[in-house]
Amino acid sequence: MTNRISIICMSGEHEKLQMAAMVASVGAASGDDVTVFFSMNAVKYFVKGNEDSAPSEGEFGATALGREGVPTFRDLFQQAAELGDAALLPCSMAMDLLELKDGDLMGEFGQSTGLTKFLSDAEGSQVFTF
Amino acid sequence: MSEHKIIDAKNTYCPGPLMELIRCMKQAEVGDTLELLSTDSGTANDVPEWVAKIGHELVHSEQIDDVWHVTVKKIK
Repeated sequence: MTNRISIICMSGEHEKLQMAAMVASVGAASGDDVTVFFSMNAVKYFVKGNEDSAPSEGEFGATALGREGVPTFRDLFQQAAELGDAALLPCSMAMDLLELKDGDLMGEFGQSTGLTKFLSDAEGSQVFTF
Repeated sequence: MSEHKIIDAKNTYCPGPLMELIRCMKQAEVGDTLELLSTDSGTANDVPEWVAKIGHELVHSEQIDDVWHVTVKKIK
């Protein structure tokens, strides 16, 4: 039976975005069924054309993650979708409050999704929160 | 005719080498062997774990100087 992974990605901190992207990409590319639900401060980093770096929580994000050879969280989420068919779903509440529409986010993102739908889909899966 | 392909993922960090291997594996034909070169120490453990989970064949794994050479055969 396929392992199902549900990731809630809501922090705008570099380290948390990176870790969420790592779990999503490795899980999806390893054949797991991965859904990432983006809300709160995480959403704006995936608006088309936004290449802003996310603020670091601490030293690791400020130095180590900027080193050459470290994949970016945006690239990893993209790979999760392309190589492993991960579903990248923005929270409809966050999209409304940020006045964003489907299509304003990177092309790999799916439709805005409500919490009820996400919770019902996440039932029985492994859940990670970042 | 099966091919042997070298994937140079040296000087990239986790999960870069694994993702590069997975990308190339998708494009490879059954029977091809892929040799991943990596300086990331996690590669030696992570790649065999992935290979076992997916059901490919780990042909060889050794560290030469600072570089891991992990060879995987595409089974399906």
